[in-house]
Amino acid sequence: MTIVGVLALQGDFAEHVALLRRLGAETREVRLPSDVTGIHGLVLPGGETTTISRLIDQYGLRDPILSMAREGAPLWGTCAGLIAMARKTEGRDDPVLGLMDIDIERNAYGRQVDSFETEIDVPALGEARFHAIFIRAPRIQRTGPEVEILARLEDGTAVAVRQGALLGTSFHPELTEDPRFHAYFLRTVKEREHSSRVAAG
Amino acid sequence: MEKGTWKVKSGLAQMLKGGVIMDVVTPEHARIAEEAGACAVMALERVPADIRAAGGVARMADPTVIKRIMDTVSIPVMAKCRIGHFVEAQVLEALGVDYIDESEVLTPADESHHVWKHNFNVPFVCGCRDLGEALRRIGEGAAMIRTKGEAGTGNIVEAVRHMRSVTNGIRRLRSMDENELGAEAKAIGAPLELARQVRETGKFPVVNFAAGGIATPADAALMMQLGCDGVFVGSGVFKSEDPEGIAKAIVRATTHFRDPKIIAEVSEGLGQPMAGIDLQELKPEELLATRGW
Repeated sequence: MTIVGVLALQGDFAEHVALLRRLGAETREVRLPSDVTGIHGLVLPGGETTTISRLIDQYGLRDPILSMAREGAPLWGTCAGLIAMARKTEGRDDPVLGLMDIDIERNAYGRQVDSFETEIDVPALGEARFHAIFIRAPRIQRTGPEVEILARLEDGTAVAVRQGALLGTSFHPELTEDPRFHAYFLRTVKEREHSSRVAAG
Repeated sequence: MEKGTWKVKSGLAQMLKGGVIMDVVTPEHARIAEEAGACAVMALERVPADIRAAGGVARMADPTVIKRIMDTVSIPVMAKCRIGHFVEAQVLEALGVDYIDESEVLTPADESHHVWKHNFNVPFVCGCRDLGEALRRIGEGAAMIRTKGEAGTGNIVEAVRHMRSVTNGIRRLRSMDENELGAEAKAIGAPLELARQVRETGKFPVVNFAAGGIATPADAALMMQLGCDGVFVGSGVFKSEDPEGIAKAIVRATTHFRDPKIIAEVSEGLGQPMAGIDLQELKPEELLATRGW
């Protein structure tokens, strides 16, 4: 059985768990290193980056997550989770996990009164537009050559990106009733798990 | 592109879940709170314990204090306005705070009416003692709720009472026949539509934090196990002997609230928590939770 972990240190992890379960996935809330053992993919939810990064370090979660990523397991960060995955964040000396070749500016759209919702095109999810909710959202300033842009705002800003098995969105699919992003991630997790099982023979 | 929608207002509260919101009065406090892992700070001129001690009229903080705190931290900054004082709320929105707490900790400006919060782009959090009060505030546009507890006492008893009362209110509604819904909504003073929603979904409509009396890591974990989504810590951090230590410990206990071993570990050697007040020592007019309706 494929198990999808959801980092449950702080933030809207319960919303991710609910959507993944609706799709029939088995999920596990990840708070301690031992929770990482046996999961096939990991969602890093929205929340507060500083809070989440402190708790990642205090309870030794960084190495198990990094080694999971090195082995090719899919990871998906939404908002704060995306910041955690980025190699570079303006105003931060060190990246939290530093997995994706992107540069991030935090709270780039302004404070809470500037939080917004809008419709975006995400060709990888089909024709229907996706309702994207941006809350004190980070802006993706630069994407490296290996990063594929899955969706942009009208002004061209990248808001959903993929690099191999790593997925990142600066908005919150978990706050909508539309399960297509979660289904997309779940498919990646299942494909990877299947191919690694075949490779292990 | 739409701003100030219900989804982005209640959505920010969802991002705060599982976290600790700390009262701070200086940028230095704010930095300590952020470093300790607070998911937001409440910018104030005085913490509730000092408001209680000082007496007199407690008002919205000086904008200078709020702005300096906003410039210091990257986490969301909340600020309090008096109950019913919609101009203080307008000022706070103009300053760009991320959340407004229409709070009984300040002296009410209006004894009959709360702010009509739907008119604002900035989201509001309000206190409650039971389900009816919570639904009245949500009806007025609050996108987040917290228990009132009894602020500035370091005594958890009222927060527990209020949380249990909310939970029992939900349980009661769920067990009811739909024909009984109208009478129950009337009895608890809740908007019918919201009462119906709670009965059908079995869930509280917005994020619900605990507040008012949390002083130790175990207090925070207790409120989480009782079903709160996160906690506010007012005087509990900066009125204790070791603010940094207690702030970190409460953050960890809130994340690992179901893990008694971790709660034990983080509770060690924290020194004196804030001195508490037995509620029986307070006169009825000294209670803050009874402000608002």
